[in-house]
Amino acid sequence: MDDHFSDGIDRRGFLKCMAWAGTATVCILQGGVLKSFAAEDMHRIKAHKGDFAFVQISDSHIGFNKAANPDVTATLNHAIAKINALPVQPEFILHTGDLSHLSEPGEFDTLDQALKSGKTGQIFYVPGEHDVLNDNGAQYRERYGKNTKGDGWYSFDKNGIHFIGLVNVMNLKAGGLGSLGHDQLAWLQDDVSHLKASTPIVVFAHIPLWSVYPDWGWGTDDSAQALSYLKRFGSVTVLNGHIHQVMQKVEGKVSFHTARSTAFPQPEPGKAAGPGPMKVPPDQLAGLLGVTDVNFIRGKHSLAIVDSTLEETPNTETLRHGGKE
Amino acid sequence: MKRLILVLAMLTGTLSLAQSPPSTTVTIDNFTFSPMTIEVQRGATIKWINKDDIPHVVASTAGTFKSRAIDTDGSFVFTFTEPGTYEYYCSVHPKMTGKIVVK
Repeated sequence: MDDHFSDGIDRRGFLKCMAWAGTATVCILQGGVLKSFAAEDMHRIKAHKGDFAFVQISDSHIGFNKAANPDVTATLNHAIAKINALPVQPEFILHTGDLSHLSEPGEFDTLDQALKSGKTGQIFYVPGEHDVLNDNGAQYRERYGKNTKGDGWYSFDKNGIHFIGLVNVMNLKAGGLGSLGHDQLAWLQDDVSHLKASTPIVVFAHIPLWSVYPDWGWGTDDSAQALSYLKRFGSVTVLNGHIHQVMQKVEGKVSFHTARSTAFPQPEPGKAAGPGPMKVPPDQLAGLLGVTDVNFIRGKHSLAIVDSTLEETPNTETLRHGGKE
Repeated sequence: MKRLILVLAMLTGTLSLAQSPPSTTVTIDNFTFSPMTIEVQRGATIKWINKDDIPHVVASTAGTFKSRAIDTDGSFVFTFTEPGTYEYYCSVHPKMTGKIVVK
């Protein structure tokens, strides 16, 4: 039972976590209460590490070659090398979309080739809007979503955790945000109906399932409906990409988290004319790209989320630029 | 004979150029269509040019026209033969909207 964890939000801890999000930060989520550790305290997490970990990567944009990062394949390879070097090999990788930049077959081929160098065999995907550009996602589903439902949504169970991959980049309406749509919502409601409330839930989708910054389209129109089906669960973790930076929020028992891109950074909400690729000096790029390592601590129904940049030893410059103030 | 064909080709080229309706450009920059609203005469051709480092898709809200993904410096052209108001958006970034009014 984890109900005794669900009575409040550790807002001080949450804010601390936000401040450190630019480097390696460990966040332990316990039934909605979030505790954060600075990178130097990571050994405390390792000491409690359970037998299960997975990694999230996002927004590889293979095919992109503009000034913000002329070699996105190199930075993806860098991210894979970083995952290969983790002390505990993850069970699988979640890629939260924008595998490609232009949905071109050659871009998907390059991505597949790069991911083959990973020690972690199993990879689960959800599409980003860049993966479904000219064919409503037919090619994406053929390559990455063979056994999925509808536009590519699905669920699976690993180590007692129920994982749900959602698609919110299709059939977008003029003036709107990301969209799940009626069919997917009906499926979701049914998918979780048989689960015990104590089952930890991990939801992953490309566009954030919370309102990060609607002016830039950083949100999903019908995400509240989806989250209402998950209200009764003691631990819900929502992992997204799309915004190419780390953002976190805790709302009751639901923890929201966005991952960095492996390709290029985007500006903080409202701090640029638009949400396009952000060019930074070359020596700062690796400090703004990264991978997310998620550890499930058995018996506590909690997930420890560790964001790390592609840079091995972050310098103070990176801390300043990568951190969320 | 060769020269005759060349002259004919040049003539037809010139003729079709003279007959083509005026073309108007809509620039896509910083996730915005500019100008956002544009008024043109019937038969006018609109050319959208993408200046962003991110691809966009120009799609009519009513389904009248839809481009493929327009990459950086790429363009999409559509000729409006019927009067009316055509609302459109970027189907990848739906917050981006625009309007063509054809007189």
